This record gives sequence, structure tokens and C-alpha cells, in this order.
Amino acid sequence: MESLLLVAGILLKIIGIVLVLLGAVAYLVLLERKVIGFMQSRVGPNRVGPFGLFQPIADIIKLLTKEVIIPSASNRYLFLVAPIISLGTSLAAWAVIPFDQAVVLANINAGVLFVLTLSSLSVYGVLIAGWASNSTYALLGSLRAAAQSISYEIAMGFALIGVMMAAGSLNFQTIVMAQSGGVWHWYWLPLFPLFIVFWIAGVAETNRAPFDVVEGESEIVAGFHVEYSGSAFALFFLAEYANMILISTLITLLFLGGWLSPFQGIPYLDAFFQHVPGFIWLLMKLSFFLFCYLWFRATFPRYRYDQIMYLGWKVLLPITIAWIVVLALAIQCHVAPWFIG
Amino acid sequence: MITPLYLIFYFFSALAVFSGVMVIASGSAMRSVLFLVLTFFSMSALWLLLNAEFLALILVLVYVGAVMTLFLFVLMMLRTSAMRWREGLARYLPWIGLLVLMLIGVLAMILTKEPVSLIMFRVLPVAADYNNLADLGSVLYTSYVYPFELAAVILLMAMVAAIALTRTPAAFSKTQNPHQQMAVKVRDRLKLIKDGDTQ
Repeated sequence: MESLLLVAGILLKIIGIVLVLLGAVAYLVLLERKVIGFMQSRVGPNRVGPFGLFQPIADIIKLLTKEVIIPSASNRYLFLVAPIISLGTSLAAWAVIPFDQAVVLANINAGVLFVLTLSSLSVYGVLIAGWASNSTYALLGSLRAAAQSISYEIAMGFALIGVMMAAGSLNFQTIVMAQSGGVWHWYWLPLFPLFIVFWIAGVAETNRAPFDVVEGESEIVAGFHVEYSGSAFALFFLAEYANMILISTLITLLFLGGWLSPFQGIPYLDAFFQHVPGFIWLLMKLSFFLFCYLWFRATFPRYRYDQIMYLGWKVLLPITIAWIVVLALAIQCHVAPWFIG
Repeated sequence: MITPLYLIFYFFSALAVFSGVMVIASGSAMRSVLFLVLTFFSMSALWLLLNAEFLALILVLVYVGAVMTLFLFVLMMLRTSAMRWREGLARYLPWIGLLVLMLIGVLAMILTKEPVSLIMFRVLPVAADYNNLADLGSVLYTSYVYPFELAAVILLMAMVAAIALTRTPAAFSKTQNPHQQMAVKVRDRLKLIKDGDTQ
């Protein structure tokens, strides 16, 4: 009976996280269309409901009621499994993400590793989709996706190693608590190069502009999901936006002190903002990175494929490796911001 | 006693064996690779049951996330359906049989030291704050530091060798330099000439 209650409790938590996440995704899509609209001197969607606020609901109804077309020469089973893998991996990573002090579904020791593992698995959805579609554009898209995700995962992993070394742990709770003490104690400053590398690699991992050669509308139509329609396409769509929110949350947790208040240690302000709950800070910080995703898409031109490889292997990777050596020396010599005594 | 732990254990063991067989029995190379991915997954789940969370995650991260992705990458560019798969099976069957028998023999010798039963699988009891990661790290960097470093150097050598072997000579290389391309000016590409000057 007790274990049954435990399972029921965990299931309820999972449903809660997923529902909130899907709601966030729906409105992130609306926000994207609005923000990019304003940046290009347009209004964006404004017909459904006040200010177009019900647009996501209309979109969902449209996508779910459309027919799922399965190409006759495709690998039927894998074709349908691919979007499920895509969404599954991007949702599963949320199991270890803390939303506040001790507010987390599973507080495991290897939390960072778990997230890195799942993000490396998300490429399977794209790869299998591209192959199973039996279409040249889709195949080209998924080949690009494979190469890109392997390249940027390495830079991302190295940036994570820097954070692990500074915090001395792979546990998200410990990493965030190691950053306590105000804005200048958060890792974005002591680990500045790694912060920038992780951010760039994060954008590349989600296949968003300016690294969206996987879709590349102007070159390969829509890349890996060109043959998908209706709810199968909706799953890819959901996965992409859920991944954006995940990466934004990860940057916040690893480099911007997660749920910690930015006024810690400042005499008057600290007391004034004491009653603001942690997840509000977390939400505000991750919203900034989400906005940057949209901003990038509205302003940056797409990278050429070989430039993406150049940036990943010859710029980002050497920076991270050099900084890890510097970091190791600093920790060995007990230099203050990097070494916690 | 049969606890839920056993159900999980036998589920993933069966899955591992099934997908392992399917790797060699399935018709296409693509399917074989995907079944191999499934095998890695079920093995990783078994390791998780043994409290080896770090190894389980690393198995998935390295083998599924990187190695198998590269496999798929190569396979997708091949015309795999044209490959002939079961060619020469009869010729190699006796040798395969011999190898399998030897492997089973070794396993049997080790495993039958204590009486075999369905509920032999057990997890060593650990404290709630047991940290597999810290344990592994302290063993790896103290007792096994030289083998560990040696393995790292061998891997580095293999990597450098692989790059050196596949490098195209500079004369055949089609590398583009983005910096050069970005720094290009109009006058490098375009020459304005007066009409009539062409001859």
C-alpha cells in the first residue's frame, strides 16, 4: 500500500511537470511569433482571442485533427517511433531538473550526466526520422543533425566538466548551492568562457537559428521532418521547444545560480526580496535565455555547414580545454572564486 | 522472495538477450544497429539495479550517444539493402559453435560455485547517502591511477593515429578558410571596366 502511494505520488508529479511544460511550450510558440513579428515590424498572430492569446489552442486543434500521412516507401514502424523518441528524451530530462531548493522529482547524484546523456539521445529521433522517411531531403537533414550534435556535444560536455570541477559535484542541488552569495558568485563570471561556450553549444544542440541547417528551409525544404504531418509533426515541434526550455533552464542552473536571489549578500535588498520564492527567480532567468533564442532567430543569418563544424571543433573546443587547464591549476593552488574550501 | 526488483531485472535481462539475438538475426543492417542500441539500454538498466549509476549513464552516453550515432551516420550513406548478409554462414557455423560453447563453459564454471536459482540476483545493501561516483573516482585515481592514465594515453595515441592515417595531403584538400572568406572585399571579386574596353 505504501509503495503504491509512492508510485501514485511520483506519477502525479510527472503529470504535473509535463502539463506545465506543454503549456509553456504552447505559449512559447505564440511568444516567438509575436516577438519575431514585432522585431520585423509586424503584428504577429492577433485574430484568435484578445491579442491572439488563444492562437496556441487553435494551432493544437489544427495539428491534432490533421491526417498523419505515412509515405508508402517509408519504414512505417520507425517512421512513427522517431517523433516519440524525440519527445520522450526531451521530457525525460526534466526528471532531474530542480525548480527550487529540494523541489525536484529525482535528486540523483549524477544529475548533470543524466541530462547530458538524454540530450545525446535526442539525436536518434532526428536520425531515425530522416532515414525512415526514405526521402533525400530528410536524409540530408538527419546527416547534418548527426554531425552537428556530435560536434557540439563535446564542447558542451567539456563546459560541464568545468562546472563540475568548480562545484565539486554532479548534483544540481550542490552545484546551485555552491554558487550562493550574490551575482558575482554565480559561475557565469568565474567560468565566463565556459558560460559562453555552453550557451552557443546549447543553441546548436537544439538545432535553432543560427544553427538550424538541420531544417534549412531554403536549402533542404524542412530537413528531417519534411515527410511528417499532423500530430507526428506536432511531436517534433513540441520536442524542439521543450528542448529550448530545457537548455535555458540548464544554463540558468549551471551558470546563473538557478533559484538563488541575485541580491544575496546586499544588506538592504536581500531582506527586501527575501519572500520572493526561488522558482520566480529561476523563471525570470530562464525567460531571458528563451527570449535570446527568439532574438537570435530574428536577427542572425544561418551558418553555413562547414562554418558550424569550424566553430565547434576549432574555436569552442580549444577554448574549453584551455579553460579546464586554467581551472585545474586554480583549484590546485586554492585560488578563491574557483576553489571552495 | 520475488520482489518488484526481480521483475525489473528479468524484464531487462530478457530484453537484452532478445535484442542481442536480433542484432545478428534481423534482416537489415539498420535494424541490427537499432537493436544493438536496445541491448545497450537494457544493459544500462541492469547496471542501474546494481547501484552503478555512473557506469550505466556513461554506457548510454558513450556507446549509444556517440558510437552508435556514428554507426548510423555511416550506414545511412550505404546502400545496405543490396548487401548479402548470410553468405558463408554454413562455413563459419562450427567455429561459432565452438566459441559459444567455450564461453558458456567459462560462465558455467564461475556461476555454479554456488547453487543456481532464479532469485540469485541480489544487490549489495548500501547506505542512503552512498555515492557511487565519489567511490569510483577515489578508486580510479588512487589504486588504479597508472592503468587509468595508461589507457588514456593509448586512446590519445589511437586518436592521433586515426587522424594521421585519414588526412588528405594538402594538395588535395578542399578546405575553406571562413576568415579569408569573410574578409573578402568587393574589389577582390569584381572589376569594373568601361564599356568598350573589353577588346
